[in-house]
Order: sequence, then C-alpha cells, then structure tokens
Amino acid sequence: MEMPVPKPGVLARKPELVTRLRAVLPHDAVIDAPEEVKAYECDALTAYRCAPLLAVLPASTEEVSAVLKICHDMGVPVVPRGAGTSLAGGSLPTADSVILGVARLREVLEVNYPDRYIRVQTGMTNLSVTGAVESDGFFYAPDPSSQLACAISGNIAMNSGGAHCLKYGVTTNNLLGVTMVMADGEVVEIGGAEMEAAGLDLLGLICGSEGQLGVVTEATLRILPKPEGARPVLMGFDSNEVAGACVADIIRSGLIPVAIEFMDRPIIRATEAFAKAGYPECEALLIVEVEGSEQEIADQLARIIGIAERHNPVEIRESQSADESARIWLGRKSAFGAMGQMGDYICLDGTIPVGELPNVLKRIGELGEEYGHMVGNVFHAGDGNMHPLILFNANEPGQLASAEALGAEILKLCVDVGGCLTGEHGVGVEKRDLMTHQFAPADLEAQMAVKDVFDPKWLLNPAKVFPLHVSDSRRADG
Amino acid sequence: MSILAARNAGYFEERDRLADQIRAGGPFLCCGQGTSRIGLADGVALSAPGEAWDYDPSALTLTVAAGVPLETVEAVLASENQRLAFEPPDMRGLLGRAGAPSIGGVLAGNLSGPRRVGVGACRDFCLGVEFIDGRGQVVKNGGRVMKNVTGLDLVKLMAGSHGTLGLITEVSLKVAPIPEMSATLMIEGLGEAEAVQALSTALGTPFDVTGAAHLREDGAGGASRTLIRLEGFENSLRYRMGALQEALKRFGDSDILWDATANAGIWQAIRDVSRFHAAGGDVWRVSVKPSEAAALVQALDPLDVIYDWGGNRLWLLTEAGSDLRAKMAATGTKAHATLIRASDATKRRLGVFHSDNPVTARLAAGLRQKFDPDQKFNRGMMG
Repeated sequence: MEMPVPKPGVLARKPELVTRLRAVLPHDAVIDAPEEVKAYECDALTAYRCAPLLAVLPASTEEVSAVLKICHDMGVPVVPRGAGTSLAGGSLPTADSVILGVARLREVLEVNYPDRYIRVQTGMTNLSVTGAVESDGFFYAPDPSSQLACAISGNIAMNSGGAHCLKYGVTTNNLLGVTMVMADGEVVEIGGAEMEAAGLDLLGLICGSEGQLGVVTEATLRILPKPEGARPVLMGFDSNEVAGACVADIIRSGLIPVAIEFMDRPIIRATEAFAKAGYPECEALLIVEVEGSEQEIADQLARIIGIAERHNPVEIRESQSADESARIWLGRKSAFGAMGQMGDYICLDGTIPVGELPNVLKRIGELGEEYGHMVGNVFHAGDGNMHPLILFNANEPGQLASAEALGAEILKLCVDVGGCLTGEHGVGVEKRDLMTHQFAPADLEAQMAVKDVFDPKWLLNPAKVFPLHVSDSRRADG
Repeated sequence: MSILAARNAGYFEERDRLADQIRAGGPFLCCGQGTSRIGLADGVALSAPGEAWDYDPSALTLTVAAGVPLETVEAVLASENQRLAFEPPDMRGLLGRAGAPSIGGVLAGNLSGPRRVGVGACRDFCLGVEFIDGRGQVVKNGGRVMKNVTGLDLVKLMAGSHGTLGLITEVSLKVAPIPEMSATLMIEGLGEAEAVQALSTALGTPFDVTGAAHLREDGAGGASRTLIRLEGFENSLRYRMGALQEALKRFGDSDILWDATANAGIWQAIRDVSRFHAAGGDVWRVSVKPSEAAALVQALDPLDVIYDWGGNRLWLLTEAGSDLRAKMAATGTKAHATLIRASDATKRRLGVFHSDNPVTARLAAGLRQKFDPDQKFNRGMMG
C-alpha cells in the first residue's frame, strides 16, 4: 500500500507539538512514547500498519477543537479514530500524523422519548446507544456486526449499515444532527432534532465522509420503538440462482422483512463444521426475519414460505421459539469465525443490483479457482450487499498479494455489473486505488472539491478515499 | 458511467448539448417546469432530458432522466404495484403554478410528504444522481444500488440544493411496493399540545405509523382532527389499528377510517397543503421539535396551522408580509422556517431560506463556489 512520504518538518517538530498539546490536554491524554503509540498502528485491517507520531484522547468538544487548532497551525495531519474496527483501514495512521481518538467521549447528553432522539458523544459504542434506551422500549437501528465494539463516530464516518438496514436504513437515514470540529478547530452544529435541513444538506455530506471533512464529537440519533417480536425462517435451495430468484420475489411481494441473509455452499460447510447449527446440506441458504406481533409474524412467514415453495426449496425451517431462532442465526453469526478457523481472510463488501446475484456468485467462484483461493459468500441479499470472504495463508509469501488481487477483481466485477466498491465498510485505504474504476476524473474532482471547502489544507485523514496520484497536487499545497 | 447514457442515445445527446450550452452561457434558471420553485432567480430556463428509463421492479430501483414528469414516474410504478414511498407533494395548488412537475424537481427540492415521518425523506430514497456543474462538467455520484458508501455522498447534497449546484440530469431512486391497505385513526376535538402528544405517543409505538398530522377546526365548524395513518396487509393492519386505539385511549374516543378513497383524499390534502390553497396570506414551513411545536405555534399566533410529521413539520398561514422569523427569534427556539408562498417583494425582504448559522452559510457558499464558480445557476435562489 503506497502511503505519502511523511513530512520531515512535522517529524522534526514532534517535541514542540507534544508540548503544545500537553498545554491544552491532561497529561495522560497525550500519548507520545513509541511503545504506547504502537497500539494505534492499525485498525481491523491488520495487514497494514504504521505507528503515528503520537495519539491524543480528548474528552470534550472543546479539547478536540484545541487539538485541531494546534495541528492546523503546525500543518500536522490528523487521523480521527473511533474504536479502530474499520475493515477498510479507515483510521490507518501515517508516520507524521496525530491519531485523534474519541474513546473518552462517552457521555449520553440527552434522551428525548416524545421527540424520539438521543444525543450522545460519539465515542459511545453502537450497542451502548441502544443500551441507554432499551429499558424504555426503544433502540438505535443501524446494527453493524461490530456493534459491541464500534463507535458512533466511526459509524457516522463510514455511514455504517447492518443486517437490519433493509427495513430501517443505514446511519445516514438515522442521523439527525452533529456537532463537528472543523480542520482548523472551529466548532459547527449541523442539523438537530428537526427532520429537515435549513439549507443545503451538509449532514448528508458529512455522514460517510470517512473523516475527510471534520471530527464529529456529538450526534443526535433517531431512536425507534422496539418491535413486539421477531422470528426468522431458514430456507435451503439447490442453486444460487433459485435462491436469488426467491429473494427477488420476496422483495416484490410487498413484504418488508427486516433481514434477508444469504449463505453459499462454502460458508454453509464452514459454519456447520465450526458451529454445528444443523443447517441442511444444500447450495444456498436464506435466513429471512420478520417483525411484529405473534400473529403478524406468523402471517408474514406464511407468505414468505408460500413464495419459497414455488422455488422448490430443499428445506424450510420456521422458527417456533426463541431457542430455534437462536439456532437459525447461530451459523450466520459464526460465519466469519468459521472462516477464521480455516485461515486468514479478506472480507469485501461490494454491492450489486440484486438481479445480478446468481451471475456474480458464479463469476466469483470462477475467479476464486483462477486465483487458487477459496471464497465464501455470506451477505445481505435484500439489498445486494455482498460479503465475499477470501481465504489465504498470511504466513505463505505472496498469498496476501494474490488474495488482494482477487479481491480487486471481484470489486471491479461488482462495479461492472452496475454496483459499487463498498456498501458499508467504506473506501479507506483498502479500496482507495480502485476508485478510478468506479468514478471518472470529473466525479472524483467534484468529491475532492468538497474536501477543499471543509479542509483546505488537506490535513484530515490523509491518504484515504482518494487515490494518491489523483490528490497529489492538493496534498502538496497542504 | 451514466446508467442511462449507455443505452439511450437520445439522453446522451441531450445531456451533452446541455453541457455545451452551460459552458457557453449563463445565467440559467434550473427548476424544471418551476412548479415547486420557492426561491427567486432569473435566467435562461434549462430543462433536463426526459424520456430515458431503467426500471427494475424486482430490485425496487428506478433510474430515470430528470426531466421525466413525476406523473409519468408514478403511473409506471403503479403499473407494477409500486410507488415513491416518500409521497412527493404537488406544490402547484399552493404556489399557483401550472405545468408538469418533473422527478428532477422533486429531488432538487427534497420534496417529501406525510409518509416521511415513518419511512424517510426524498433524500433517503435517492440512490444516485448525474448532474452538469457550472463549468459544464458531467458529474455522477452514487449509483443504483441500495447500499453504497463509495466516496463522498453528493447525492444527499444535490437533494434539496434547489438547482444551485448543478443541473440534475439523471436520478436513481429506491421505490417501494404499494401496501395492500391503508387506514386512518382519527381523534376529534383535541387541543394542539394534546394532539402533538397523541401523535408522539402513536409514533412511540411499534405499529409503523406512516402519517401523523393534526388540523385545526375548519371554518364550517367541524372539530379539530388528529390523524394517524397505518398501512400494510389487512390482517396486520386490523391488529395494529386495534392496538393503537388502545395505546391512545387516554386521548379520548377515536374512529377508524377504512375507506380507501377517503384515506387517499385526507393524506393528499395534507401532502399538498390544500387547506391553504384558496386562503390569502403567506405560507411558511417550519421545522421544529414536536414537543415544542404547540407552544411555538401559540407564540407565533398564525392565521392557521397544519401539523405534519408528528409536529416536526408545521405549515403556517400568516398575514401577508409579516416577519415570522423575527417572532421565532424572540422565543429562543432552534426551529427554522422557510418562506414558501409570499409576494416576490416579501421574499426578497425576508429571505426564503433560514440562515442563522455563519459556519454552515460559509460552507454552503464555498460549495457553490466550487460547483458553480461563475454563479451560472439560480443566482440568489438560496441566498
């Protein structure tokens, strides 16, 4: 992975930077010892590592502002970091950067049930937001699979989704307002508890901007009343094509399942060996979950099963109890762990038009054979968000590179059939150099023009999103 | 790569002709047929390409040239038993305009109706756009898939930009199946604070409310009406309506309207602000926290009011020329107001859009400068 050459002027001024930061932050909030900053050398994309110059852990918007003012003044790049769970290298440091961690921003600021929102500091984990309101019957809908660990700041930066976004939408559909600190330290409030922007929709621009536009320290999030109940049905098919056709029919029927998950044969085998969920032996499995009262759930599942039966399913297993629901989800939830048992893996998240599912799965299988890697597919089928897991052996020279090359081929395939490089993980450094496959120069120019407005010196989250050769001249100006 | 250009030579040619025109001239007025234009601007009117389509009903996605009439889009979707879930309003009656609203205009105004409270706004259903910027460059963002976080989200930026950043030429939208049935729970005679509480209570249940509005008593002596809409399969709808009545018991007796035509009429009237069509005076749209809505309305003392989105959106009818924002400022509210209908002189004097945040104003100006450096599009439209 090519990264920019560290600025020698910044490296040389580290002592001055530390002194200035210590003047505005508590002593233990500035981490400068080389053995301690090493903890921030990577996120969940562990193949790439680079220790930052130092790390800071501010505990308030004012402290974040003070840090950014100093860094802006000294021309120091800043890498915002949530919980470090990015699969795309969204918070990979550069050697001349300051990691700005939000781990100490963990307060619930306001809960408002009549107006159905919660205002939090963004270092809170995704699940703890739901935790703050669930005893009163509410929840925060976006549910990335890392929700136990991932921070709201990272969810906003990546516009995170999850298994249940088919019904509830992703982060951008559940974000009402932010307090953001700009690259130069200025604090701005955008949006609020209202449902409509007063002018241009800057909030929509900020959500998913991968730390390129500012550091979000507080967020107003929409909370929703918890459904009365939920129950899944498991359905096995003897080909990916048939399972794909069944998904299309369910979507067209007017039903709105909260989740439609798809697993292909390699994943079914791996999870059976690992978790013994008791899945049927077949080519493709769907898990479809619906919500509502007991009677509504029964009605919806009956409709879904009716649709599935027209596609000659190998097996249909309707959950009748919480225990059976848990068993149905067990394999799906262990899929990543199961693949992890078999070796190292890369997880991609390209999205495709749902009609292309069978074709793309077939082509992924062929590409996997060509490159000599096993690829399992487990994904959110309702919205075409693929998750190919490419197995490789990190200890064998050349394997990572060939798995990455295969991954790039698969993502290009997603784009070529009318989809995109990333549906929920973000571009980060991982897909940065593929951006020119999806976007024409004028498309990227327009996106970079937005960054020019928010971060004219290009100091925030360097070397992410935009290919280096495309952003060269702008970064040189910084 | 444009989705439509690949398969529609006509779209491709029309778009490139527009790009040439934009490079060569200006200033331009980008507002389709002008049926929902609220800001003031002058210039040579540009019309986005029409006719090109790419509709995949089984994927619930639609890509269409921005100049295609909304009515055509809705008819084609209806033939597949689908619709635009965000219920775009028809602003012609309120603004006194003629012409056929285009789908691009809906996106440019981020126009959403009562269902927004349950399912999201127009911008939440926008998957992709193509537009021509002020230098005549064709720019594409987003795509036609439901989940897409690739690069910065200019789709949301374009939605609600009122044609100030570029001429939108192509839009991709997520569409939704039309539910089997729709019904409305109605409580009569509630005061406004109590009505908003009833709406909040309903929106706090898990029964998937897709409309939550309150109307004052009408001129003919009819009582005030608090209206809550549910939609879905019949069995489910009957169950949820019963449960909702139970949840709202403390607000008094309620009736359920099951008739499809009556339901459609009620919500279309709220969507299009029909109540104010013939009434004299200015019309403001106010965005406010529901729990503060009734007190704010009391302080502003309008001639009439419609509460939509559970009280989050208010339509206020006021004396012509009165400065609602000055009254709002006196209350210390964080709510903001858009001047939808007034004389040009009043709009010039008071401004159409609310702007009291210097940082966001600066950012918005910076974005306009980047996308339209020579101010060719809708000069002065958003201030």
